[in-house]
Amino acid sequence: MSVRYVTSKVLGSLATLFFVICFNFFLFRIVSNDPVATLFRGRNLTDSQRDELTHQFGLDKSTWGQFVDYLQQTAQLNLGRSYQTNQPVWDEILDAAGPTIALVGVSAILSAVFGVMLGIAAAWRRRSKTDYTVTGFTMTTYSMPDFWLGMLLLLALAVGLGWFPTGGIEDPASTATGISKLADQAQHMFLPALTLTLAYLGEYAIVMRSSLLETMREDYLVLARAKGLRDVLVRNRHAVPNALLPVVALMAINFGFVLSGAIAVEAIFSWPGLGLASYEALKGPDLPMLQGMFLVFSAAVIVFNLIADLLYGYLDPRVRRA
Amino acid sequence: MNAVAVPSPRQITWQRRRRAMAAAWRDFRGHTPGMVGLVVLALIIVMALAAPLIADEAGLRAINTTENPTWANPSEFGPLGTDNYGRSVWTQFVWGARISLLVGLAATILATVIGSVVGIVAGFLGGIVGSILMRVTEWFLVIPFLPLAIVLAAILGPSIENIILVIGITSWPSNARVICAQVLTLRERDYVDRSRALGASDWHLMTRHVLPNVSGLIIANTTLTVPVAILSETTLSFLGLGDPTRASWGKMLEESFEAGALTQQAWWYYVPPGLGILLVVLAFTLCGQALEEVLDPRLRDRRR
Repeated sequence: MSVRYVTSKVLGSLATLFFVICFNFFLFRIVSNDPVATLFRGRNLTDSQRDELTHQFGLDKSTWGQFVDYLQQTAQLNLGRSYQTNQPVWDEILDAAGPTIALVGVSAILSAVFGVMLGIAAAWRRRSKTDYTVTGFTMTTYSMPDFWLGMLLLLALAVGLGWFPTGGIEDPASTATGISKLADQAQHMFLPALTLTLAYLGEYAIVMRSSLLETMREDYLVLARAKGLRDVLVRNRHAVPNALLPVVALMAINFGFVLSGAIAVEAIFSWPGLGLASYEALKGPDLPMLQGMFLVFSAAVIVFNLIADLLYGYLDPRVRRA
Repeated sequence: MNAVAVPSPRQITWQRRRRAMAAAWRDFRGHTPGMVGLVVLALIIVMALAAPLIADEAGLRAINTTENPTWANPSEFGPLGTDNYGRSVWTQFVWGARISLLVGLAATILATVIGSVVGIVAGFLGGIVGSILMRVTEWFLVIPFLPLAIVLAAILGPSIENIILVIGITSWPSNARVICAQVLTLRERDYVDRSRALGASDWHLMTRHVLPNVSGLIIANTTLTVPVAILSETTLSFLGLGDPTRASWGKMLEESFEAGALTQQAWWYYVPPGLGILLVVLAFTLCGQALEEVLDPRLRDRRR
């Protein structure tokens, strides 16, 4: 891959990140002209206290001065303090990131694997019963609100049958450590992960199916068959690897988006990640927390978009020449 | 004998468009999934429009339902049982369809207008204006929808207008990109050059030559944006950002979750709104895909 391709992609991402950071600043400007009043809602402040706080927050500076301050603070990962817990927003985000990455990571991998398998099965036997079943199933899961699917699964498998816990990341009464603690957490993760996997698998199946259908028209598949290769080998060695390209890019892009897409599902299952933190911040509304979340989620999308671009450039030489 | 009616260019154009539309409709009718979607959609729209005839609006307010049993299942009360305030779930479902459809359609119109204007202007004018517009579009494309919508809705406050605005301004970029790509090829066509040589202004070219040629694409795109907008409304309402005074399907899901319908095992409270959303979204998607195939026959072989 040429240096020029990589540099241009990295610079493009940095420009986008800068845009998001600026955008975030102006969003905060729209929020209120008087952040001190917002912060100390309903509490009496003397004029001198108010002046002092205004000075402390740097609000007596010009908009430009505030903007420069904001850029510096953001660069130092100082995102302000949460209204609810009075902890630095960045620390809160770090605490919540682990469970989200675990949940979303597992679901992203599972949905990609199963989605691709369904897509292959559907495309290879086009217009068969398998094809219609897969297409119908994926369109249905694709059309549901993901958290509603979660509610149905919760009702059936946790409340109804009692096979799984109804929420949280571990049994609060348990003192288990090591392997048994992990097993407990895995059991808690099962339902939210199943929900997200089912919700996102449809897109992979649809993309894989149309990509494989496109590939199946290529001449080299006719050649492979003419050489006398068995059907399975034609599929696994010649068709699927080439058809996988768009799916790989989709996977990287999706991972960035799924992080924030899991907000409602985490809320349903009280999974203590970034989504649940956003959900709780909304009730306030805890604006510094929401703004911090917005920045982090956007940054995640930008980073994974960059990864997708680079991967694509690496895997498909036609892209990096364009 | 001087009265041989010579049709004006405008009449000729409209005749041609009517013929094209009739042909498109014939194609659409032959598309089974698309017709199924259309029929389902028509039924739900009729239900939403006829809401005042089907269910009394007064039943939406808990103050009017004190006589009713709470958490009654469908066999004990009405077609779909009651919620924790004794309100009929059926009444909420029928009236909720109105808000869900209204928000979905209004937000889509907003997104389509912004997306089409940006796409056509960027694609047609090109140059610095075009690249700036497309750069901004790319930026909006990477901003994750849900966090942005949440921040905006939290700032603007929960109301139906705001939720339309939020979904509208977060869903236009993909429309803009698709339309821009199409316009880039259109502006190289001979008829655009000829029209320009005859002295047509940019405005005339964009509204009389480019817009009619991308209108099919815009319509297909619109049909495919509605389901996304409806799902967004559902999620935002579920997170508590919907209009607190008006029942939508998303709002019903929020209220059922908050009221503990899961632990009450009151499936009749949250299964209907979810099914309603599923049906509407599926119906719009089927119609949209059928439209796409009718308007772009190259897709026909690829998808089916």
